[in-house]
Amino acid sequence: MNSMTVTADGVISSPATARADLDIREHEHVSHYQTIGEPFVDNAKMSARNVNVFYDDKQAIFDVSLDIGGNEVIAMIGPSGCGKSTFLRVLNRMNDIIPICRVQGDISLDGDNIYGSDQDTVLLRARVGMVFQKPNPFPKSIYENVAYGPRIHGLAHSKAEMDEIVETSLRRASLFDEVKDQLDKPGTGLSGGQQQRLCIARAIAVSPEVILMDEPCSALDPIATARIEELIDELKANYTIAIVTHSMQQAARVSERTAYFHLGKLIEVGDTKEIFTMPKHELTENYITGRFG
Amino acid sequence: MQTSTVLLILVALAAISFFVGRKRSHLVAVGQGGAYGLHSLPKHYGYMAALWAGLPALLVLILWVGLESRVLTNMVVSQLPAEIQALPESELGLYFNQIVSFAQSGSDALGLSESQVAAAGYYQELLADSRVMKASLVFLVAVIGCLLALQRISPTLRARNHVESIFTWILFACSFIAVLTTLGIVLSVLFEAIRFFHAIPVTDFLFGLQWSPQMAIRIDQVGASGSFGFVPLLVGTLLISTVAMFIAVPVGLMSAIYLSEYATRRFRSLTKPVLEILAGVPTVVYGFFAALTVAPFIRNLGESIGLSVASESALAAGIVMGIMIIPFVMSLSDDIINAVPDSMREASLGMGATMNETIRKVLLPAALPGIVGGILLAVSRAIGETMIVVMAAGLSAKLTINPLEAVTTITVQIVTLLVGDQEFDSPKTLAAFALGLVLFFVTLLLNVIALYVVRKYREQYE
Repeated sequence: MNSMTVTADGVISSPATARADLDIREHEHVSHYQTIGEPFVDNAKMSARNVNVFYDDKQAIFDVSLDIGGNEVIAMIGPSGCGKSTFLRVLNRMNDIIPICRVQGDISLDGDNIYGSDQDTVLLRARVGMVFQKPNPFPKSIYENVAYGPRIHGLAHSKAEMDEIVETSLRRASLFDEVKDQLDKPGTGLSGGQQQRLCIARAIAVSPEVILMDEPCSALDPIATARIEELIDELKANYTIAIVTHSMQQAARVSERTAYFHLGKLIEVGDTKEIFTMPKHELTENYITGRFG
Repeated sequence: MQTSTVLLILVALAAISFFVGRKRSHLVAVGQGGAYGLHSLPKHYGYMAALWAGLPALLVLILWVGLESRVLTNMVVSQLPAEIQALPESELGLYFNQIVSFAQSGSDALGLSESQVAAAGYYQELLADSRVMKASLVFLVAVIGCLLALQRISPTLRARNHVESIFTWILFACSFIAVLTTLGIVLSVLFEAIRFFHAIPVTDFLFGLQWSPQMAIRIDQVGASGSFGFVPLLVGTLLISTVAMFIAVPVGLMSAIYLSEYATRRFRSLTKPVLEILAGVPTVVYGFFAALTVAPFIRNLGESIGLSVASESALAAGIVMGIMIIPFVMSLSDDIINAVPDSMREASLGMGATMNETIRKVLLPAALPGIVGGILLAVSRAIGETMIVVMAAGLSAKLTINPLEAVTTITVQIVTLLVGDQEFDSPKTLAAFALGLVLFFVTLLLNVIALYVVRKYREQYE
């Protein structure tokens, strides 16, 4: 299990990862490659097995197997172009939008294969929500932004129920007190940090089980980032969270487990503390100590 | 020398000036340690010399050509016998035209008087002189310009900035010409329309319900009422445009949605050129398609279900006009829907919305102002369209909102008023200008609204 054959033509490189490219080349000669650490957990909410992702002929993810445990926060780190965002988007089939993208392997949510023929992306995405890199509220009112999901999935049967959902979601995203008097104002008028919390509120309004966050703080200032991190800490009581981040400090602060990706391969995974204090793989160590990234 | 020859030689002179100017900058630069010692690149000195040689000479040429005929006319006329000079302007013009045509073709001297033949000879002489003078003056100006430029070339001359500012002025002049032309058209239409309103009161024109522009030219003519009520034309125009928009907006918008959101790249690359061909079909072709195919089809269809349909109906013209506008609406909407950021699509799809819900609830509301702007631009095209309506909707100015009847539009009436021999001082002909003015204001209003909406849209996303 977890064996991978690294082929020279399968390696994706970009100018940004030129130095990283040199580093992986040392491992190209290793025909068998094993992810270091323990990728599997007992109470897996989602599990990926031997996942390969291709964009046309280019392979972006190589044979990744990883579990995401229930009510845990797992951070995915790695240099640009390492496939961590691609892996995250595979988890709620956002890559279906890209026509040239092809996914191999098994990914399941509570044991059901999400790429199975009986699966519907509508229901899947209601259970596995997503928060994006750049805050992307709709150009609608704050209320309508949060009510969007519940409307689509028919979760509220009356105005009062909808009000309830909107308020709860905004409270959970710790935004309610700031916006309670301006729910009819456009969501695009909020500050960047507030917009991102609005997007989180929008995501949790449909009561997902898993929330995927794709670098949710990369467009925010440190104060707004701190608020989002606090929020993630609160949310993990109710949700399973997978977060992609460029900031190692953030990964260290918010997550329980950390997975290190490198050029499409899952190099190392383990408890966050261990990864950051005693990385086992040379690449992980190089990345964490800031030798490239 | 012909004007075109002068122009060609002038271009050649400018080209030579370029090379000489560039060469001279190299020579000047020798003492400064080569081309690096110059303020600008050698080519900029070349451009400067070329522009100095070409532009003033070109200006002289334009002025000469513009004024030549007027000056020659005055000179010839002043040589004519006094009794002929005393003729009224129109007869004098005729007399002079005979001289010119004789001088140019040299034939048919039979009907001409002796003084005319003499004047023709004089005219020919003047013309030959004028040509020689024109050519020599233009070349002189070009050479002087070139020499002045060459003389100024020095290592410190800021030729680059100089050339840049000349180009700025050339660009300004071009945009100024466009503005001036528009202004000229509007003013000429306005003045003719004012002449019309001297004969027919503005209120009769704007609020009259009867359009029948036949005027009695002679007192004994009958059957000419000469009423100029503009309302039936406006209603006809709006009726046909409405029918057209009912076709063009849904089809155009939905195909834009399909192309931008659903279609594969391959389908898109096949469909777009086809639709561009549709946009390139001349309107006269649409016109006979409407008149010969669509209109009879609608009449037969109507009769088969017991409706009386005119063989030239507003419906036929409107449908074909709608088809003509589809590519217009489609490509504008396509651009605008594509301009909605992908993050909106991702946000909606990531919530579990289907593509359909995403389009209805996110993309269209976000793109709506832009789409409205595009539709208004399409409407102003529909209102200005003439050929299809001439051929398919008929000429009878009936005040009706029944699309099965024949109606007529503002543009069609302008055409019919001006086609054929007309006298330009009767209200019948001048009415065309009044109609043009009104049409201008209607489309201007729509364009202003469209631009306002589009600009508002642009502020929404950066």
